[in-house]
Amino acid sequence: MNNELSNPDIPVPSELQSAVTITSLDKIYNWGRRSSIWPMVFGLACCAIEMICTAASRFDIARFGMEVFRATPRQADLMIVSGTVTKKMVPQIVRLFNQMPEPKYVMAMGACASGGGPFKEGYNVVSGIDKFVPVDVYVPGCPPTPQALLHGLIKLQEKIDGQSLKSVRWYGQETSEAVPVPVLGPDLFDPRQHALLAQQAGQVKENSESVEE
Amino acid sequence: MSDKDSSVVLPANEVVSNSIVARFDGEVNSDTREGYEGYIVNANMLPEVASVLKDELGYDYLSSVTGVDYIDEDHIEVVYHADQTTGGKGINIKVQLDRENPVVPTLVPIYPGADFQEREVFDMYGVHFDGHPNLRRILMWDGFHGYPLRKDWQEAYYEEDVKPFDSRWPGGDFKRSEADNPYGKNVNYPPGFDINNWAPETDDSLYESLQKTTSNGKSLHTDSIVVNIGPQHPSTHGVFRMVVALDGETITDLQPVMGYLHRNHEKIGERNTFLQNMPYTDRLDYLCSMSNNFGYALAVEKLMGVDVPERAQYIRVLMAELTRISNHMWAIGFLLNDLGAFQTPALYAIRARELILDVFEATAGSRMMCNYMRFGGLARDFPDKLRGEDTVQFITDLVENRLPKAIDELDHFLTENEIVRSRCIGVGVLPPEKAIAYSAGGPLLRASGVSYDLRTADSYGIYDRFDFDVCTRSNGDVYDRYLIRVDEMRESTRICQQVMRDIPGEGEIFSGKPQYNVRVPAGESYGRVENPKGELGYYVVSTGKTNPYRYHVRAPSFVNLTVLGELCKGHKVADAVVILGSIDIVLGEVDR
Repeated sequence: MNNELSNPDIPVPSELQSAVTITSLDKIYNWGRRSSIWPMVFGLACCAIEMICTAASRFDIARFGMEVFRATPRQADLMIVSGTVTKKMVPQIVRLFNQMPEPKYVMAMGACASGGGPFKEGYNVVSGIDKFVPVDVYVPGCPPTPQALLHGLIKLQEKIDGQSLKSVRWYGQETSEAVPVPVLGPDLFDPRQHALLAQQAGQVKENSESVEE
Repeated sequence: MSDKDSSVVLPANEVVSNSIVARFDGEVNSDTREGYEGYIVNANMLPEVASVLKDELGYDYLSSVTGVDYIDEDHIEVVYHADQTTGGKGINIKVQLDRENPVVPTLVPIYPGADFQEREVFDMYGVHFDGHPNLRRILMWDGFHGYPLRKDWQEAYYEEDVKPFDSRWPGGDFKRSEADNPYGKNVNYPPGFDINNWAPETDDSLYESLQKTTSNGKSLHTDSIVVNIGPQHPSTHGVFRMVVALDGETITDLQPVMGYLHRNHEKIGERNTFLQNMPYTDRLDYLCSMSNNFGYALAVEKLMGVDVPERAQYIRVLMAELTRISNHMWAIGFLLNDLGAFQTPALYAIRARELILDVFEATAGSRMMCNYMRFGGLARDFPDKLRGEDTVQFITDLVENRLPKAIDELDHFLTENEIVRSRCIGVGVLPPEKAIAYSAGGPLLRASGVSYDLRTADSYGIYDRFDFDVCTRSNGDVYDRYLIRVDEMRESTRICQQVMRDIPGEGEIFSGKPQYNVRVPAGESYGRVENPKGELGYYVVSTGKTNPYRYHVRAPSFVNLTVLGELCKGHKVADAVVILGSIDIVLGEVDR
């Protein structure tokens, strides 16, 4: 058994050490999860190329138990948002996120996914995926080198290590809510801003009416 | 000039002006604005002029269609660039249209390759192409408000017309654009937009436009179904969507849907200064950043009239050819992925590519986004050491031994592989006439037997000094498109070997004084290079200021997709994936 699991406060007789480990439930639960994070096959732009390079032999993501890229969100634990999120694509990304089962994690890889990056002022670009789905780890870079991506994945493992069965949301009383899928209208429309948008349009109307008067 | 003997071969531009300006008296005029060339055609005569160009003068290849909004002169100009596949300089013709109601006859019946590019001009400028078979938005979605590339259209985060923005750093602190937007997001709605009385556009009209039946009607009756492949699908090489109508398992129609990675290069590019666009070109075809830089540098250098020092010329060619090898490695690896050889060949290909990336990283500072070329040279010279070895020795060893070995290895494992042969031979056949008509470029065109390569057809840089062949294959199927990439990698190593043999050991790599803000003389320029995927062209219009007035990218991947639907018809749905893989697209460039 892996030594990193055993609890030094509860000694195990030396003859049993090869077969027995005494540990906490949290620790073994997290150990299992952190060592087999399956990312989704989900490439958006330039960063996806570096993600593939990270998975290839030179940098070898398999060392961290993450080489099993899944083509369906329903088998994936981690969504690496690798590239510029555009308005035209964001409904699909939110839908994919909703289709992932809990526990699920999101990594914003690169400048674009984190905040819009060099394309931020573009009319079809979303200023970071965190405007729509919750992000666990941000990896800076344009694109981040494979080493930076691996560092981000290690940070995610640390985050998983810190979670406890008592408090994780997917075993709690409340069901996790799906993120409302944005709609493409005259511009991208977030259903959560319905009231705000209705009010803004009303204001414009009033203004134009007052001008006419 | 005036007393030319008729037996003397006239320069191409005089032949053209004699035949079209004289024939279409008053309808076609030479473009006499300073810094401009080509001809201005009256909109109603465009199809006739295009027919003459194509059928009588041999301009059979329409490379680029784009628009420019000259808001001060109150017209929108549609610019066409056409070429002869036998080589030589291209020609450009322009049509000037009223901004309020721009209508121009479509060129799709004459040059089918205009299809997607006309749709792009419609999408960006609202120019209506009369008679176009499928005139709908291509990069943005149906229902989007406004025509983004018009000069009076402002994006949600609009600050000023051109950079550098004084508003960016108020009081020395960085300001987030979200703070100024009422929604806290990069969105903007038309005045009076009422969300309560509005329904989103659906894809119904797209699905209905597909041809659902096969023509013969003899086969077993099966239900026709429409399948969406993408935008999130492992085989689409990014965020690309194919809407496929199927009869059983046979494709009756296929309509590509794109724009899922439309990052507004052109709008941002027109706000940027000339030099600020250089790093953006890296992100077009992000597998080939070096050669993207090359094309843009050529376009602006043409306007500025600067010379490039000898050593820089050699390094440019070296980098462009290394890029070609790394791109084709990637393309072959992922074509095999699409064939079902999941990951293994790709891993071999990526291993070879990593060696090239090391050269890029050591020289330019970045593995992928090199941002290496400047107007008049390069950003920096080779470093002394690369992976602990002498740089020149490392690169020489790379192009003499390691890369040829890696290419031989791929060739050895794949070319005679039975599955590769049975899945690829005879699939997605593109006859040469059709390849030219649809403006296919690069390996796609040459695999069909058309020997057209800008490195020789309209030579740039110092390519005329090297001894290399333009590879062609004759069948135009997926297998030939694979083979041609192997051939081209071999030719590229040959060029690289000659570069390393002939390159001057020392010398300037930049002419003039490096500066952030270059002032570019007014005029237009179309700079182009033979990118690994085809002709990459930059159409740049300068008004003499520090920012480009128009910055258009003629992207090879985008234009090559025009023929995808034709190639896939009649094949099985699994072959569509392979045919797409053999075209080799990169979505950063398709959508820009």
